[in-house]
Amino acid sequence: MPNKNAVWQRALRHPSFVAGGAMVLLMVLCAVLSLFWSPYPVGDIDIPNKLASPSAAHWLGTDSLGRDIGSLLLVGSQNSLLVGFIAVGIGLGVGVPLGLLASARRGWVEEVIMRASDFTFAFPALLSAIMLTAIYGPGLVVSIVAIGIFNIPVFARISRGAANAVWARDYTAAARAAGKGPLAITLAHVLPNIASVLIVQATIQFAIAILAEAALSYLGLGTQPPQPSWGRMLNEAQSQMFQAPMLAVYPGAAIALAVLGLNLLGDGLRDVLDPRLARQR
Amino acid sequence: MNMRDLSSAKPLLQVDDLRVSLPTARGWAPALRGVSWRMERGQTVGLIGESGSGKSLTALALMGLLPERARVSGSIMLQGQELVGLPEPQLCQLRGARMAMVFQEPMTALNPLHPIWKQIAEPLRLHQHMSASDAKARALQLLERVQLPRARERLDAYPHELSGGQRQRVMISIALACSPDLLIADEPTTALDVTVQKEVLSLIKQLVHEDGMGLMLISHDLGLMQDQVDRVMVMYGGAVVESAATPDLFAHRAHPYTRGLFAARPRLGLARGTRLTTIPGSVPELMDFPAGCAFADRCSLAVDECRQTPPQAQSMASHGAGEMPHVVSCPRWRLP
Repeated sequence: MPNKNAVWQRALRHPSFVAGGAMVLLMVLCAVLSLFWSPYPVGDIDIPNKLASPSAAHWLGTDSLGRDIGSLLLVGSQNSLLVGFIAVGIGLGVGVPLGLLASARRGWVEEVIMRASDFTFAFPALLSAIMLTAIYGPGLVVSIVAIGIFNIPVFARISRGAANAVWARDYTAAARAAGKGPLAITLAHVLPNIASVLIVQATIQFAIAILAEAALSYLGLGTQPPQPSWGRMLNEAQSQMFQAPMLAVYPGAAIALAVLGLNLLGDGLRDVLDPRLARQR
Repeated sequence: MNMRDLSSAKPLLQVDDLRVSLPTARGWAPALRGVSWRMERGQTVGLIGESGSGKSLTALALMGLLPERARVSGSIMLQGQELVGLPEPQLCQLRGARMAMVFQEPMTALNPLHPIWKQIAEPLRLHQHMSASDAKARALQLLERVQLPRARERLDAYPHELSGGQRQRVMISIALACSPDLLIADEPTTALDVTVQKEVLSLIKQLVHEDGMGLMLISHDLGLMQDQVDRVMVMYGGAVVESAATPDLFAHRAHPYTRGLFAARPRLGLARGTRLTTIPGSVPELMDFPAGCAFADRCSLAVDECRQTPPQAQSMASHGAGEMPHVVSCPRWRLP
């Protein structure tokens, strides 16, 4: 993987990487744009104009309170990205060190960490997130933390597995023979060699986090009004299913595209970063 | 008088009754069953045996790189310092500085993500606390010393840009970086082309000679030992069955296993279609060693006594006197 140009060339010829990357880029651009500008302020309630059809003034129409759907979607993307970044960040920040520690120390340390991971893993993530919000009250922060906690065992497992494979390689033995300690070897040899696996997993967990946040918000346990969120838009659209079916389609499509884009990107990255696949091309 | 003069009064390496057991599903398996030898600076010792004879394990035991769950007893003294039971941080200070190891597979023993100079610099920065630029300069000297062609350009190369022989030269330069007293080479040429093998071996020989290091060369290739080491130890079943000065061993092979190894050697000039002699059977599972001689079940000279009592090491007084006695662990070595 050393030659960065070759990696880029391979990436740009990979259809899923390009398609997924474009979708994710679009989402990020939307979120950045909405920080500075949206067609209408999302708090603007315009009851006389409620449930308007798409028009020049409201490209995607308005919802039951007369808010501009396009603006809600734009601003809602911020929410999804925020959840994704922080939840994946918690998973990476806690899970990866745990997995690396398990792999470097082996023995009972590994057992304790991995059994604790299994234990956390055994709970259905969404139900546990609902339980957490039941205890601490609904809200964005609680839902992010809940989703993040369930990313920890995912990253702990995957980094331990990948790290074990690296520890079995001769170059870690050679590094030990050169007098390096486990921490130094982990940082210099193990982590860089498992980075590609972690990047791929991070994109997939990002998609899962967006989906989980949408589900929690749909249930009314995630993002609270007036902060717009795709999941809550779905929830609000539900009551007008028969008058304005398109209200559910827009946020649903946004969620689907974001998740699809991230999964495609993850698949593409997996192929692009995997040196074994690279050689076959 | 500096440290090195003090320590040179003691033998470079003195191993006494080294035993290693490994955990298996069926209990503790004795993998090394009492290995002893001593060597001085500048001496070269060859360790030979087939797969599973314990030669690589011996190397790992010396480096303190055995699996954590292995049980070790006996004594390994490196210049008077006991290594068995030494805590890991102290071992880390010795590894790469006073003892170093060249691995079998140059293709996998280098990290594919780092340029080679960084990997050579690693022990230098670790043990001699060199700055990155000093270490890079030293890495160039080392690469020139191991005769890597176009060394200056190769400093920034990644392992995949080098051939197997070149990578093995890089591995050797890493091992030599801190001028160790003891160099362990575990089948350093097995993974290389025959033509490259010779070059790498003569390089090792030359470097060992120049630095006056002790060399432990591990191999299953008898022919390779002949002009490479002063002394050969033949291992079987986790024990040294015969040890002698190299010319001595080649002239008078005593142990039935050593004889088998020599007979099984392919030679030039054999008639086409001649079958090579083989030693019947294979190395038993660690757990299945007989109580007596480990080789008894495959040995044509074995009698019941061999299977019941472990053989005693005996000196062959007839030759190999003084510094390097010819020792064989077989009571029946006089038989043809």
